[in-house]
Amino acid sequence: MPVAPDPAPELQEYAHPERLVTTDWLAEQLGTDGLVVMESNEDVLLYDTGHIPGAVKIDWHTELNDPVLRDYLDGEQFAALMSAKGVSRDDTIVLYGDKSNWWAAYTLWVFSLFGHDDVRLLNGGRDKWVAEGRDLTRDVEPRPSTDYPVITRDDSTLRAYKDDVLNHLGKPLIDVRSPEEYTGERTHMPAYPEESALRGGHIPTAQSVPWARAAAEDGTFKPLDELKAVYTEGAGIDGSDPVITYCRIGERSSHTWFVLQHLMGIDNVRNYDGSWTEWGSAVRVPIVKGSEPGDAPARS
Amino acid sequence: MTDQALPAGLQTIRDDFLALGQSDRLQLLLEFSDDLPDPPEGIIPEDAWERVPECQSPVFIHVATDQTPPVVNASAPAEAPTTRGFASILVTGCQGASREEILGIPLDFPQSLGLEEAVSLLRLRGMAGMIWRIQRQLTDAA
Repeated sequence: MPVAPDPAPELQEYAHPERLVTTDWLAEQLGTDGLVVMESNEDVLLYDTGHIPGAVKIDWHTELNDPVLRDYLDGEQFAALMSAKGVSRDDTIVLYGDKSNWWAAYTLWVFSLFGHDDVRLLNGGRDKWVAEGRDLTRDVEPRPSTDYPVITRDDSTLRAYKDDVLNHLGKPLIDVRSPEEYTGERTHMPAYPEESALRGGHIPTAQSVPWARAAAEDGTFKPLDELKAVYTEGAGIDGSDPVITYCRIGERSSHTWFVLQHLMGIDNVRNYDGSWTEWGSAVRVPIVKGSEPGDAPARS
Repeated sequence: MTDQALPAGLQTIRDDFLALGQSDRLQLLLEFSDDLPDPPEGIIPEDAWERVPECQSPVFIHVATDQTPPVVNASAPAEAPTTRGFASILVTGCQGASREEILGIPLDFPQSLGLEEAVSLLRLRGMAGMIWRIQRQLTDAA
């Protein structure tokens, strides 16, 4: 059975406050029946150095991707993974991780492709929990395995493919990478040369809104009025048109997707997980260099 | 690539990894991460450390090239245990190795540890950057 939402006043202004939990709430709820806490990090060993007591490790790179295709698990593989981790379909999942929850948000987004109903983020992620001096342990408590049902992944609602983006040009598109990646000065993040593309720049018409503009200094999400200033006033996202977000492989843009969809309540937001590593290497797709969004190419 | 043998320390480490199952390999990497020796305090000037930009987290390498055999030092934060583990493998595995042996470490050594499945190939690539920089510091000093 799902666990009641966190009633913390600071969350109630968001469109879907039930998608976030505070560290205070989580500390009190640990061990509650029906609650599964999962840690999803960039660093594959970080969980093993110490994690929230009872938390289950989930790794985006090695566990959520098909081992051969560039794609996510299919329904059967996902059911096997969740069953092995001891997660039931009606469990409440709270995700947290390093890097301001980039990979936790990415994992949440993948879980959402499978329609797992109640999946939440820990506001502030791992860093906030650690900064507050809360308990960490290296002990791993295996959960009894479950019988998670096989659910067909739904790629039509939350996921955009390259062709969807080509057909979308002219409607709101958000590039959440660093300014240097957007202008084309760099083809990868400063410290990530291995996740490169053959060309630098951005998708025509994309607005540059680096992901971190949604985050406060302690890694929590900014208050709603500040988010509106960034996305609605700053980038014209008001919910009247469908939106697509992208970065280089889709993890930072999952963070922004979460903000738009769950905190601001904008319907019809999709994440383009192919992102710049696909677009920047694809043959004959239009690219704009420099700091201006550029125009949508004329349709032939 | 030379046909020279790996430094004995690295060879032993590789054999240790390959003798284990996938999840135990990750545990062994964690042990290396925990055991990364602190660099000797106050001996290496701050500007002598070289950042390894191929790694996703701040890791710094320093080779004491004036010693025989040369001594490899590394520093990486606790929040980046995977990177610390890779650095620790190199620091430990190069102990006692000659300059020529270290120069002969192939850049694809990380792929031979059997960690692709547990760690992912993407995360392994930063380690090649460390090897390359260790070797470059040695050739620069010649």
